[in-house]
Amino acid sequence: MARIIVVTSGKGGVGKTTTSAAIAMGLAKRGHKTAVIDFDVGLRNLDLILGCERRVVYDFINVINGEASINQALIRDKNCNMLYILPASQTRDKDALTQEGVGRVLEELSKDFEYIVCDSPAGIEKGANLALYFADDAFVVTNPEISSVRDSDRMLGILSSKSRRAERNEEPIKEYLLLTRYDPERVKIGEMLSLDDVQEILSLELLGIIPESKSVLSASNAGIPVILDEKSEAGQAYADVVARYLGEKLPHRFLEGKQGFLRRLFGGKK
Amino acid sequence: MQNISSVLEFKSSTFFAPILIIFTNEMSAIEQTLHEKIKLAPDFFRDSPLIIDFKELNKLNQSIDFEQLIQLLRRIGFFPVGIRGGNEQQNKLARALFIPIDTVRELGNSISIGEKPKQETIHKPSVAKPEAVVTKQEAVHVAAIPPVPPTATLISQPIRSGQRIYASGDLIILSQVSAGAEIMAEGNIHVYNTLRGRALAGVHGNTSARIFCFDMQAELISIAGDYKTSEDLVKQVYKGPVQIYLQDHALIIKEIA
Repeated sequence: MARIIVVTSGKGGVGKTTTSAAIAMGLAKRGHKTAVIDFDVGLRNLDLILGCERRVVYDFINVINGEASINQALIRDKNCNMLYILPASQTRDKDALTQEGVGRVLEELSKDFEYIVCDSPAGIEKGANLALYFADDAFVVTNPEISSVRDSDRMLGILSSKSRRAERNEEPIKEYLLLTRYDPERVKIGEMLSLDDVQEILSLELLGIIPESKSVLSASNAGIPVILDEKSEAGQAYADVVARYLGEKLPHRFLEGKQGFLRRLFGGKK
Repeated sequence: MQNISSVLEFKSSTFFAPILIIFTNEMSAIEQTLHEKIKLAPDFFRDSPLIIDFKELNKLNQSIDFEQLIQLLRRIGFFPVGIRGGNEQQNKLARALFIPIDTVRELGNSISIGEKPKQETIHKPSVAKPEAVVTKQEAVHVAAIPPVPPTATLISQPIRSGQRIYASGDLIILSQVSAGAEIMAEGNIHVYNTLRGRALAGVHGNTSARIFCFDMQAELISIAGDYKTSEDLVKQVYKGPVQIYLQDHALIIKEIA
């Protein structure tokens, strides 16, 4: 049985798709057969981030409607043969998703894959609800600003009450925090919420801090998941996230900026 | 073939229902007194199931128009769901109207609803003058369930933004209550963590309900409908362990030392 991961946030633009692409690639790179599904029906993006947009023939909705088999719709990633993408439909809307259909697709994928990453759309409507409904683990992507934290909190409430695990009274979804677009310099001068501020409200297991990084945008534009850019801080941070998720104990990097490191080196301000 | 368990299931459960003890057969006195009682707690009595107790009436050997009484109660908005202490004839009439007969006589200490408990003590009509019209307070005694049922709801999960929790008794929460969450209880509310959301205690009008919390940062607090928003709250005791209660329709927020 595959482990189903939902990448969710409530708020839009915080880095759900970037995170989905990165961790799916990270898991696949470590040899785990992984599928990543774009639940953002009508606003298909994941294929762009993963650079497979020109190979989309069938999509998630086709599979739900029985117009294509899963194997016809899955696109194998060109960088890693353990990673498969199930793109969203661009011409339909979220109403095309049904709980029964999504359940059937996930069940079929579970036979073949170790991890299934569900890239949730923003909001708390049907698409987001179905993306999390079958999940075993949730990666809650949050930016260090108050509205994102509030929306993540709302999402956590939905995770604990509207998922299949909640309805069946099973062990609840395991919730992890991913703090993205973190800028230690701005935290230091009080322009951005600190990790502690966020954790005071969310109090979740922290899977990683992804620093604000120019490499994220350029990787997206190039259609290469940022985790493959091993020189970038964001890429390294995502690699840490995947390692921690798989059980490795790693210290959290990127909590302090580069200047922090230099200051420590030259014995400046503590 | 359909699985039996997916069709129905029998479960045992305990319900609370007010008991109406009748002391007189005068229908107009009963009706008037009931209206007065309902006025005291309209929400509590609305669509309430009701068990009618004839024991006291039968002690006086008074006969009552059973059907008329049932009609009256239904008209006022009660759902008579049973009788007890009835004589043979009353039991027969109840059965004819599909109203179950309760043979369990003993109820624990009954607590009355009303603004002045002193007036609620049961004055049994004098046996020497059985025909006398009893005073209004005495005519009908509503032995209701206590306003706060003895059950408490315990929650150890965090209450997140957008979640609503309702407890029919006391509500005890061990984790934080996030901003944008709403917790409600007919009884007291205890939050042994940070309270950032809304907390409403005594939602059915129990003015003696209280709110206790470990770290008070609530958006809104309310007891029996009297409320304060965080705008006012920040001027008072904020951030820290407090208890909140009602005193003469004023919310008192007191630090717990």
